Amino acid sequence: MLTRTLNPLTALNELRREMDRVFDDFWPRFDGGWWAQPATFPALNVWEDGDCVYAEAEIPGVSQNDLEVYAVGNELTIKGTRKAREGEDVSYHRRERGTGEFTRVVTLPVDIDPEKVQASLKDGILTVTLPKAEEAKPRRITVKTS
Amino acid sequence: MSTAMTVKKQEDKLARVERARDRRTYTPNVDIIETNDEFLVLADMPGVAPDAIDIQYEQGVLTMHGKVEPRQDEEKTNWLLREYGVGDFYRSFQLGEGIDCDKIEARLKDGVMELHLPKSEANKPRKIAVKAS
Repeated sequence: MLTRTLNPLTALNELRREMDRVFDDFWPRFDGGWWAQPATFPALNVWEDGDCVYAEAEIPGVSQNDLEVYAVGNELTIKGTRKAREGEDVSYHRRERGTGEFTRVVTLPVDIDPEKVQASLKDGILTVTLPKAEEAKPRRITVKTS
Repeated sequence: MSTAMTVKKQEDKLARVERARDRRTYTPNVDIIETNDEFLVLADMPGVAPDAIDIQYEQGVLTMHGKVEPRQDEEKTNWLLREYGVGDFYRSFQLGEGIDCDKIEARLKDGVMELHLPKSEANKPRKIAVKAS
């Protein structure tokens, strides 16, 4: 939805993700680890208003120190690591939570002002506020009556 | 008599869950880990505040319910991409015997619930020394 008009490949990726999700819902999850997870992590919700684009991701168990957020031009990158619990006498009865490194890059429909990007992490939810570049903001044109 | 009481309690529990479900409910991903001393349950519950989680252990059944308030107005928001829905988390497990109920501890950190279920003394593995005759 974000980039469909800009890049036909993204539409394909999106279709694949849609398919992944259908299968994910349809087949029971195996106790397998990372490969049993949906193809893209973290899942994103993105929305906008006149001034900003907002991106939100669910990344439970990732601490602030293990997370990097970059914004360049119209691209947002979220990188991080989710650590596994290690120990000598540890045995897993069930393992559905994926661990390891992840990277997610999204292309936004407008240019943003990278200087003013803000990110916050609370209760496992990352929220990134990306103010639109001045030239990308909608402008209201006053119509003069003649 | 004790059976009747159990049945009644479960009915109550169902009714409560039912009421909570006027919002969307999701199944959290979990890890269940066993060590010598305890079972450790880790559940992904992003967006759940520490005071919004309800954990019950009863008759060998562990139930966890994390409440999540909507963060956006679904109708009015101008969505560009929607890959997940926001709602409560609910899951329950039948656990084996031998949990020391009084010592169950739960913590919530970075959206992950960490539930420690210590084994009762009788169920901890013991090393038996073999005597040489």
